[in-house]
Amino acid sequence: MNEPRLKIATCSLAGCFGCHMSLLDLDERLFELAERIELDRSPLTDIKELGFCDIGLIEGGVCNAENVHVLLEFRARCKTLVAIGACALNGGVPALRNQFTLSDCLEESYLRGIGLVNAQIPSDPELPLLLNKVHPLHEIVRIDYFLPGCPPAADAIWTFISQLLSGQPPALSYTQIHYD
Amino acid sequence: MAETSPVRIDGVRDIVQRHGALPTRLLQILREIQDDLRWLPAEALDSVAEALGIAPDRVRRVAEFYAFLYTAPRGAYNILFSDNITDRMLGNRALLHALCARLGVGIGETRADGRVTVGTTSCTGMCDQGPAALVNGQAVTRLDAARIASIATLVEQQAPLEQWPRELFEVTSNIRRADILLGRHFADGAALRAVLKRGPAAILDELLKSGLRGQGGAGFKSAAKWRSCREASGAVKYVVCNADEGEPGTFKDRVLMQDFADLVFEGMTLCGRVMGARQGFVYLRGEYRYLLDALRDTLQRRREVGLLGTAILGEPDFNFDIEIHLGAGAYVCGEESALIESLEGKHGVPRIRPPFPTTHGYLNQPTVVNNVETFAAAAKIAVEGGDWFASRGTAESKGTKLLSLSGDCERPGIYEYPFGVTVRRVLEDCGARDAQGIQMAGPAGHMISAKLFDRRICFEDLATGGSFMVFDQQRDILDGIRNFTHFFVHESCGFCTPCRVGTVLMRDLVIKVHTGHGTRYDLEEMRTLGRIMQVACHCGLGQTAPNPVLDSLEQFPEAYERRLRSTAFEPAFDLNAALEEARRLTGRHDPGAYLNEEELLLGAMP
Repeated sequence: MNEPRLKIATCSLAGCFGCHMSLLDLDERLFELAERIELDRSPLTDIKELGFCDIGLIEGGVCNAENVHVLLEFRARCKTLVAIGACALNGGVPALRNQFTLSDCLEESYLRGIGLVNAQIPSDPELPLLLNKVHPLHEIVRIDYFLPGCPPAADAIWTFISQLLSGQPPALSYTQIHYD
Repeated sequence: MAETSPVRIDGVRDIVQRHGALPTRLLQILREIQDDLRWLPAEALDSVAEALGIAPDRVRRVAEFYAFLYTAPRGAYNILFSDNITDRMLGNRALLHALCARLGVGIGETRADGRVTVGTTSCTGMCDQGPAALVNGQAVTRLDAARIASIATLVEQQAPLEQWPRELFEVTSNIRRADILLGRHFADGAALRAVLKRGPAAILDELLKSGLRGQGGAGFKSAAKWRSCREASGAVKYVVCNADEGEPGTFKDRVLMQDFADLVFEGMTLCGRVMGARQGFVYLRGEYRYLLDALRDTLQRRREVGLLGTAILGEPDFNFDIEIHLGAGAYVCGEESALIESLEGKHGVPRIRPPFPTTHGYLNQPTVVNNVETFAAAAKIAVEGGDWFASRGTAESKGTKLLSLSGDCERPGIYEYPFGVTVRRVLEDCGARDAQGIQMAGPAGHMISAKLFDRRICFEDLATGGSFMVFDQQRDILDGIRNFTHFFVHESCGFCTPCRVGTVLMRDLVIKVHTGHGTRYDLEEMRTLGRIMQVACHCGLGQTAPNPVLDSLEQFPEAYERRLRSTAFEPAFDLNAALEEARRLTGRHDPGAYLNEEELLLGAMP
């Protein structure tokens, strides 16, 4: 009988899906990965309800109330939670707005922009409400591992996931996380 | 603006010329310009660079590095409250707020009419007579409500500082216990006569026998340092007295410079003779500027009576003089190589060692850098002999140590003890009946709890530069720790990342726990971060910066644990409050517009 596969969930919060693209860059190694894991909630599966998982991979920072809910859910249901990419680690590009007030940002986009008709700040309850600042994941929940990069290279993701799957503490060589 | 008119810039050139247009005098030049203009406009800095023939960037870097140099306008009265934990214990925050309210100015701000700036600064070394402040660089002590009211009135009346009541500026010595250093009479010139009579080699032997070690806290054998410098090859050698007493809670060097300046200068002159130097510098911390005129007078008097200058005591080849270099508010300059950089007119970033100053110090020449107390002790040893000094103390720590006592005790002040005295004995003598813990040797030193009060103060056990701050049972230890982490953030020179970033992360973690958002996970983060800083920082500042946190986690775990949340992790901020601005902008009050903590946890649970 096959050994039980580890369950992995992924999601993108305030990110650009670039880290997920880098995951797809695993190319032919995706076949090997598919034999060793079972994907739970993820943009790749379109499963809406998160189940109990061994590993959660999160790209993107936290910019709104929905992000907070999703992140807390991941923390509660994933044994090991990994922050992937610059936005998850530091807030990244979305956090550039942190040097302005939220009012300035929204007014610039929705009230003072060029060519606006019936200008107003969107207030539909369907839309998640924005936090006044964008936060990295570790300021909201405990994070077990951090994988830096914008995005992390597919090789780095592969090394990292392989180590996690084999039960070793992840340790990447300097060249794999060296970007300048 | 008037400050930057061409006439004033001419004044800048005069000041530069008065300093011989020497780039090593850059810091002193900037201080004097600022005395005239209150701050350092860009035009003045460019003018200095041109007159000195150095890059404008270098001048700007120096101007921006030191806390007491300002590149933006300041008020005519610049009032800085000392913000050490001992000042806080004495109620400085309430007084600070009271003064700001009276003057109508925010903390750290300059009033719109340019009259006054009120802010805070690191410990000014007046812990036994606080709360303290600096007004235009002059030390003010024993602040209370009446003095605050008086200061506010004087500022509003635009009274010149010279007309302020003298008692505001009174600094007392508070010597509570004297032993061989402070207690015995010393005849000026006795040590210099001894070295002329017996020769430098014999004096070095006495110093070796005495076992004297660096009294700044590091404890390097003074005889070895002097000998190494004496034997180093170099055309010109220098003697530097480290009076940059920046460790919060320490003020014994201030008392030595105030009451025993002759003894210190004599020790420096002696050192100059022993190692063959003709020039000495006292690096006096900017906070002790009030001592400057008196110290210069003392130097002049010594020149007049033949104890300094050319042909000292009539000996034609005994020439040695001392110059006082004033710092400008940078704790890191207490580190000897950063101090030398500052003496050379640069911003004070520690050098990579080796080479050590004994071979490559000031201007890359052999240099002895010793603490104020070390020079004073050396002068006495030259007269009384090494055996006399070594008869006191312990096997590895000879002689005596000056302790600066402050915090929760009845008799704060200076206590001189033979090395080996127990913490308990010190506490009894100063009237600390109810001590919960002691911060030894300042924030960079160690925090000890009552179960360690039988330990002894000496290099073999508890080494100290002299700071001894007492926390009684009513104090919250974490208040002190939080204060110390702020101190290190402010004083990190920014040169290396582990210190520049590490001190900020540590402060934020301490604030998180202090405000009730911390979990066990955060305590573990503090330990990990502390260990990284201890091994990865470039100099002693960063390596010791995590000490207060690591020690108190070990010695006072309950101070942290009683504040912890029972969850695995907590954000350091209020999630729901972070939505308030968006709620206001959108006018939304639906359930999705709120993050209720309990519902969040329940919602996340499977």
